[in-house]
Amino acid sequence: MVRHLLALFASFGLLLILGNALLHVPAAPVDLAEQVRRALPESGVDSPVTAVLLNFRAYDTLLEITVLVVAVIIGLALKEVQPDDNRAPVLENKVLMGLVSWLVPLIWLTSGYVLWSGSHQPGGAFQAGAILAAALIMLQLTGRMPPLHGYHWVQVAWVFGLAIFLGLASLTFLFGQAFMAYPKGWAGTFILLIEAALTVSISLILAGLFMAAPLRNRSP
Amino acid sequence: MIPLLLDALLLLTLWTVAVASLWSRNLFRAVIFFIALGLLLTLAWVRLDAPDIALAEAAIGAGVTGVLLLDALGHLQPPKKPATKEPL
Repeated sequence: MVRHLLALFASFGLLLILGNALLHVPAAPVDLAEQVRRALPESGVDSPVTAVLLNFRAYDTLLEITVLVVAVIIGLALKEVQPDDNRAPVLENKVLMGLVSWLVPLIWLTSGYVLWSGSHQPGGAFQAGAILAAALIMLQLTGRMPPLHGYHWVQVAWVFGLAIFLGLASLTFLFGQAFMAYPKGWAGTFILLIEAALTVSISLILAGLFMAAPLRNRSP
Repeated sequence: MIPLLLDALLLLTLWTVAVASLWSRNLFRAVIFFIALGLLLTLAWVRLDAPDIALAEAAIGAGVTGVLLLDALGHLQPPKKPATKEPL
């Protein structure tokens, strides 16, 4: 009881401190939004978020996809340590089966649209990849598709996004430019290619992380 | 006035769902509250003018993380007899 009261007072105190900090935020020395808006025409896309993620701060996105690839490798390693009979749980629900037939094509379409619309609207690779991963997980859960992590091409696809990103970013070395400096006029094309590769990788990685959990004691 | 009321309601609901998720006795209920928290956070991101994060939060925070937690919950249950298949 005393611990609960102590935790309550501590969190309330933190709330007061954070609220006070919010009220007295100092003015930013640099107006980042204005700078992004000024540099937007050169970035190759129309959305400031995508421009920042895949052009101005592309290095951060590269490291994010690296973290995802490392996570799925660790997931696969954990699964190999605890072997099971490689059987996926199959949900046998007639409504679910019928719904999957309708939903999965729509999910594919939505994912492709979200990927493409990232250049001028909210969207992009991570969102499209997560939506596609949902479709893959649904297919594997209802037994329409065997568990994916055993296949060799899936493991190649996991590193495909990272490889394309690194490859396109290093391509600029051939022209004497800096690492990840997209060539003039090609920025939009580079960003679209990188986002497409990232979507493929992210969807398979997220689906792989889900299915990589060991199957003991699994309840449908 | 109305947006302010909506924001206050959203904050209150966020706080309630978070507390309910932390203090539930039933683990399954806690995970479901966590998924609901993810969806409410999506609304919060939209109110903060960050639609990209809202999309990512809905898909990954509520979707993938929720499903992974349900998966982890499945491991904690005692093993079921493989012969019984309950209709959902």
